This record gives sequence, C-alpha cells and structure tokens, in this order.
Amino acid sequence: MRTNLRFRPVAVIGAGMTPFRRRMLDTPQELAWEASRRALDEAGLELRDVDCVVIGSAPDAFDGVHMKGEYLAHGAGGVRKPVSRVYVGGATGVMTAISAWYHVASGLCQKVLAVAEEKMSPGRPHPQSVFRYIWDPITEKPLNPNLIWIFAMEMHRYMNVNRVSKEDIALVSVKNKRNAKKNQYSQLGGDITVDDVLKSEVLVWPVQLLDVSPVSDGAAAMVLVSGDIARRYTDTPIWVEGVGWTLDNTSWPGRELAYPRYLENAARMAYKMAGIERPQKEIDVVEPYDPFDYKELHHLEGLLLAKKGEAPTLMREGFFDVDGEIPSSPSGGLLGVGNPIAAAGLMKTISIYWQLKGTAGGMQVKKSVHTGVAQAWGDLMQASTVIVMRN
Amino acid sequence: MEKVAVVGVGWYGFSPHVHDLSFREMMFEAASRAYYDAGGMDPRKDVDTFISCQEDFWEGISISDEFAPDPIGGAMRPTMTVAGDGLQGVAHGVMQITSGLADVVVVESHAKPSDIITFSDVVKLSEDPIYVRSAKVPNIHFVAALDATKFLSRGKATRADLAEVVSKNKSAGLSSSKAPYAARIDKDYVLSQDYVLTPFTRLDIAQPVDAAIVVVLASETVARRFSDTPIWIHGIGFATDSSNLELATLGEARYMRLAAERAYLMAGVESPLKFRGIFVDDRYSHKELEHLEALGITDVVEKLREGYFHPGSYLPVNPKGGLLAKGYPLEASGLSLLLDAVEYMREGEESAIVGSWRGFFTFTGSVAVMSR
Amino acid sequence: MTVHPLKEEDLKRHPVVEDKPKARYSYTAGQALSVFLNGLKEGKILGRKCTKCGRIYVPPRMYCEDCFVPTSLWVEVKDEGVVMTAVASFISWTRERLDHPEIVGTIRLFPSTARDYVYPGLFHRICCSYEDVRNMTIFGKIVKARWKPREERTGSINDIECFEVV
Ligand SMILES: [Zn+2]
Repeated sequence: MRTNLRFRPVAVIGAGMTPFRRRMLDTPQELAWEASRRALDEAGLELRDVDCVVIGSAPDAFDGVHMKGEYLAHGAGGVRKPVSRVYVGGATGVMTAISAWYHVASGLCQKVLAVAEEKMSPGRPHPQSVFRYIWDPITEKPLNPNLIWIFAMEMHRYMNVNRVSKEDIALVSVKNKRNAKKNQYSQLGGDITVDDVLKSEVLVWPVQLLDVSPVSDGAAAMVLVSGDIARRYTDTPIWVEGVGWTLDNTSWPGRELAYPRYLENAARMAYKMAGIERPQKEIDVVEPYDPFDYKELHHLEGLLLAKKGEAPTLMREGFFDVDGEIPSSPSGGLLGVGNPIAAAGLMKTISIYWQLKGTAGGMQVKKSVHTGVAQAWGDLMQASTVIVMRN
Repeated sequence: MEKVAVVGVGWYGFSPHVHDLSFREMMFEAASRAYYDAGGMDPRKDVDTFISCQEDFWEGISISDEFAPDPIGGAMRPTMTVAGDGLQGVAHGVMQITSGLADVVVVESHAKPSDIITFSDVVKLSEDPIYVRSAKVPNIHFVAALDATKFLSRGKATRADLAEVVSKNKSAGLSSSKAPYAARIDKDYVLSQDYVLTPFTRLDIAQPVDAAIVVVLASETVARRFSDTPIWIHGIGFATDSSNLELATLGEARYMRLAAERAYLMAGVESPLKFRGIFVDDRYSHKELEHLEALGITDVVEKLREGYFHPGSYLPVNPKGGLLAKGYPLEASGLSLLLDAVEYMREGEESAIVGSWRGFFTFTGSVAVMSR
Repeated sequence: MTVHPLKEEDLKRHPVVEDKPKARYSYTAGQALSVFLNGLKEGKILGRKCTKCGRIYVPPRMYCEDCFVPTSLWVEVKDEGVVMTAVASFISWTRERLDHPEIVGTIRLFPSTARDYVYPGLFHRICCSYEDVRNMTIFGKIVKARWKPREERTGSINDIECFEVV
C-alpha cells in the first residue's frame, strides 16, 4: 500500500543479478547484459520498452576503462537512449536506484533500467593496488596507504569509543555468511564461528581476513516505472517511498570517526520523505552496507535502528537475525554474497525489493514485512545513500 | 514540465595552465562567483542538492567524488557525482527539481588537463580494452577523422567549409573573456596549414583547457528570490548512440539528434531556426556542422556559406567562439557552452539552444532549450 | 546465456589481454597545500583559520566548508596532538605480507579539545609497538612529530617520519 502522496509514484517491478564470483570470464559489458536481461524478464519488459538507463559503477580503475559508464552502456541496454552514470564511490549502488527514482518521479522518463556493475578481478598485482589512488594525492598517498587501513582506523575508533569487542563484531560476519547460504548468487556463504574470524589472518589490526568482504566480479539491475505503468505489469509493485544521500567533508583525519553523522543525515532525509518518525518501530527489514563486519553495526546506528554504541548488544541478542525483530542483511550482505562495489549496493536494494514482494525464497524473513531500507556507503568515510521501499 | 531557471553562473580559469590553484581552489572560486551571481545566495542554507560532473581518470584520483563537496558548499549535504558532461549534470538537476526533491540545485564541473602528463594515453583508456585499445592507433583523433571523412564524403561540405568554421569561431572568441585560443585568422590561413591527419589541421582541433564552472538551478517557484533575470530551461535531453565504436553511427551525430528530439518535445520547439543563437560542441571543426544538422537545421553548408551562422546574422552559432576559441574543459565543456548561452541572453537575446558532446570515444550528447 | 566463473588456474586456458595504463599526473598543490608543504620543510605544521567560525584547517584549505567563506589567516599549530585511532598493517599497498607491521593512525593536533567533532588532524605513521595498538593503550596518548633532519626534508608529508609518544 503506497503511503507517500507528495511525490509522483514510482515502483520497482523487476530485478536481476549475476552470481557474484572472484573472477568471471565475462567482460564488464557481458555481466551488465546478463543482469539487465534478468531484470527485464522479471518485469516482463523488453529493452525497446525502456526509455532511460541509469548506470552505476565505482572506480574506473578496477575494470581498467576510462569513462566506464560509456563503455558499460552497450551491455546495459543503453543504446540510442538517455544514458548516464552516477557515482558516489562505494555508495553508488543505492544511488543508482535513487537516480532511477528521480528519473521517473520527474516525469522525464516512464520506464527506467538501473544497472550496476563492477569487475574487480582485472587489476594487477591485486585489486587492492587500485585503492592507493583514492587518497589525497599530496597529503596522504605518499604514505603508501592501502584500503584496509581506512576501515581499520574507523573500526578501531568505533571499538575504542564504544568499548566494543572483536567477538561482538565477528558475530556480524558469522550471521551474514550464514544468511548467504540461502542466497543462490552468493560467493562466500557458509557456517563459520566467531573463533574462525578471530583466528583468521591479521591484515591490518583490528581487521582480520574474515572481517572483510571478498573481491568480486558481478552485476545487478532493476526496473523502475511510474505508478500507472506498474499496475499494468504486476499486482505487487514495490514503491520507492524515500530517498536520501549525504557527503561529509573530504578531511577525514580531522573528524570523529566513531559515528557516521553523514549517514544519520541521509537517513533522516529518506525517513522524512517516507514519513517515518520512529525508525526502530516502523522499519521491518534492513540491508545496511557491510563491506566489513563492524560497518553493519556502525550503519545500524547511523540508520537510527540502534542507539550509538548499542548495535553490538542488539546484534548479540539476535535482534538483527533473520528471525529477529529487524532482520539485517537477510541476503547475506557483502560479507556473504560478495562485493563488486556498485553491484553490491544495488544487490542490497534488490534484496529489500524481493523481501517486500515476498519472492526472496530461502532468504525470506519470518515476520511479515511492509517497510524496508537499503543503504550503501563510500568515499573517504564520507558518503551514504539510503532508500526506503514499501509494498 | 515545470520550467527550471538558471539563477547563477560562475567560472574560473579558461587558461591552458592554471598553475597557482588546485582544482579544489578553482571550484571554490567558481562557486563563490556563482553564488554571488545568484543574488548572494548562501549555499549552506539555500541549496538543496549538489551535483559534480567528473571522471576519475581525468582527475588522476580514484573516486574523485570524495573531493566534490567541500569547495562548493556541499559538505554534509546531498552531494553526488554524475560521471558525465556538465549538461548531463544539469539534466539530473532538472530531474531533482521537477521530481519535487529540490528547489535549488548546484551543478559543478571542472577540468585540469594541465595536471595530466600523459593526456593521449588517458584518452586511449576509454577505448574498449579488449580489441580497440590493442590496435594501438598512433593518435587519439583517428575516430574524429573517420567521422569527418564520412561527413565530407556525403558531398555537401568541403575542406574549405571546415576552415570557415575555424575562422568564424576563433575570430568570434576575441570578444570573449574566456577564450585563450581566439585568433583573427581567415579561411585561407587555415587551408594553408599542414594536416595533422586528414581532414584536420591543428587549427581544426580544439585544445583542452583548465576551468571550473558552477551553475545554480532553481524551480520556477523560487527562481525570482535569487535572480531578477532568470534564464529558463524549457527542455533538456541527453542520449547515447552506441558506445561500441563499430556499431555507432559515423558521419552524423545521432546522439545529438536523439537528445534534441527529447528536449524539443519537452519544450514544444517547432523549429530551431526560430532561436536567436546556437551553442554547440565544435571540438573538431566538422562537428559544428554535424551537430547543427542533428539539431534539425537543414542545408547547414549552404547556410554557413551565406553567412547565416555568423555573429550578428540570422542564427549565430557559437557567437562567443565555441570550443575552438575557448578550449574544451573536459566534462565542463557542456557547461562552458551553457555559460556562453546564459551570457548571450543576459546581453539581450531572447533564446538559445545548447548542444554538448562528451568527445571521442563517446557517442553521448545533451541538448538544452533555453530562453530569457 | 549465463555467466562463467573462473578459477585462477583457468586463466591459462583463456586469452588474456594485458595493458598497463599509462596515466601519469602532476597534481597542482595550489595555494593552501604549497605553503603547507614548504612549512613542513621548515619543521612547521601550518593551518588556515576561518575567522568567521574559528575553525582551523590542517591540512589547510583556502575556504571554510562550514561558512563557505575564504579562510583568511595562516596559523602554526603544534606538532603535538592526541592519537584518535591507530592500526597495525601487516600488508603492503599491493597486499604483500609485511614481516613487521606498519603502524598508522590519525592525530588530533593542538590547539583543539576532546569535545571537537572536527579539528586540525593528520593521518600519519605512529612510532609505537604492535602491543600498544592491540591493547589500545596508544589511544589518547599525546604524541609529537619526529622530524627528518632538516637537510633531508623535501617539502613532503614524509618530512615527518612519524608521531611518537612524548
Ligand atoms: Zn568557518
């Protein structure tokens, strides 16, 4: 039941994705094609029905192609159509859906295909090396940083300020990899224990191997259409009811990292639009961005689903389990499904869509769900994107 | 569609090498000027969303979106990047306004090609990595040359017509404050130059330039709060032909035709000839004619020869010099044409059409229909 | 059609196109960072102060992101501050294993207070033991820059070797 009457109605009527894997033979264009085809099939549309395409992809350096959106357009159905690419680092996946929303909500487009792709495997000697170029070229890059440093610094600050243990954080990894067992697209589903996490290779203390999502290739796609069209194609459209995004400043060494204030800002924007006043009471299922296990906790707090520093306690109590009060990452998240950056963010959005539609199969949460939230995060501990959907 | 207004513009640079300011400082200078132009607007209070248009490999930074917010007033605000031409960013801004999400949107784009040591190699990185890039063609203008050759082979335009475009635009640029490549040269001088690759001499090819541009958009409801002389956007469109080189159309600008169709439909345009000026991407001389054709103007070669497109004539095309005179500021190129159109209308002209292109190896363009 | 996952060894069975991107840049430091880098050469950490809100930017910016006005004053901050976070890296930037962990973190430089959400801050190496990081005793410690000898400084963030506990 659609409740937001202020904006032109926009619904999701189809979604599709490729499996996420460490390395695919297929080119970025072919991955994008596969996801797009599956999304169109689920929606019951053909490419000729689509009038606009929105592409999401994170660093061009992964695929090794400059102007990657232009290159991907051909696989994403973006031929002889309005095509553009949005980009907010790791937060891109959800931004792709948000952008598709305003393409339709503006009245400029009726049927939009949103496609996100990432192929991280081509980078040599390791995809990690690409991340050296995300830092300030003058004041940071000369220190030869790697990406995990940034997460480790934020994680340790979060642990220090909120007195959170490694054991509590590891529970997220355990939960998400367990949830991913039910997800046919997942790369790393399985049963692991807290002990496995704590005994895994130390990469950058406090980050260990099993705290981290894997390097992946993959693509995801979604079809968003205006309200009257949606009803022609499906009896169960899923409505986009709130969108929000925020970028904090570039100067991350000069600000508090224990709490993602930019996410709170983005969440408040989306909640206000969706008319959500008490997030913990009104949100039924959530997909917070979890490239690292602590990030899910960090983000649940920023999404106002737990008080500052209290997400670990709720996690321990099973509040966020698949049969808990607010199931979190029922898809298995990036930790379990894999992390082809932009595609992972759109995968989270698709997971909420399938949950609300009731077609999540083995991933379907026990409780009945009406309102779901997906979120992604990126840049230099800086960007967040939030989308609220209802059935 | 609800009309959207341009209520402020600001720019900095248009120099082949801005050596004393970083790209962030250039963004701040351009933004400060745009907010001053928009009636002294305070971006920290008056702006709802911010859009930056940039590409990683132009910046030499992965996820260059990180550097977007602070210098334009967008920190802790809804700021995002459109990895595309500035005019595509304007289209996203228009959509954010007409969807009801925002009343005021800031669109920023900048270019610092002088920071790129291996410019040609970076351009080549946009080729298909599997087989086009492996062909190792000797220079980055080869697709443009193929396109121009095909255009000329259709038998209407000649090499002399391209030289006329160069002469017209470089001369027109002398009246602009942001045209470092302006020059008073005639057609014969252009024709006397050696080919870089046929059919181009070095004068037929625009040069990259450092610049930052900020444009402030506002909904019809709030526009007059910031400007007594808003410039209206009545229609906007963008399109990609085919990003696979061998499948895209050469010799005509199909992307521009598709973009124009959408923009004209939205604005209810009957004929582009009724407009007072056209500002169109001319980073290769033949592209001006090709783009004019795609905008729906017939007999462009005849009109060029009759002087129809010259400054002060029936339908001035690039009366501020175009990219041949100003240089092309990478993803800010579309905004640089829009900037010219806004200035032109503020000087008293009624209306204008802006047509931008992302340059090779893309087949993506945007069109905006504007009036005073 | 479907997609085709590969194992590392499968790569040998398929043609692989290799390309080393030749993308090189000379980043313009600009007004703020040029002075900052020259300051480092002199053994000083220089920041810019917004006279409207009082915020001090280190590394410096020519504009205040909060007030959106130019910052108007150069100020020297202390080469001393508090460790906000610290981590120990056992991998290099290409993800090779390191025998001895490299310790890095962020430092809130003085003048600033524990109540500040934003402050003059640097990301740098911290000279301390892995134990200090692991048991978090380094958090909140006051540290001071250990400078390279003057003749070895080049106007780079690496003119500071690391921050060490006073
Ligand atoms: Zn200030």
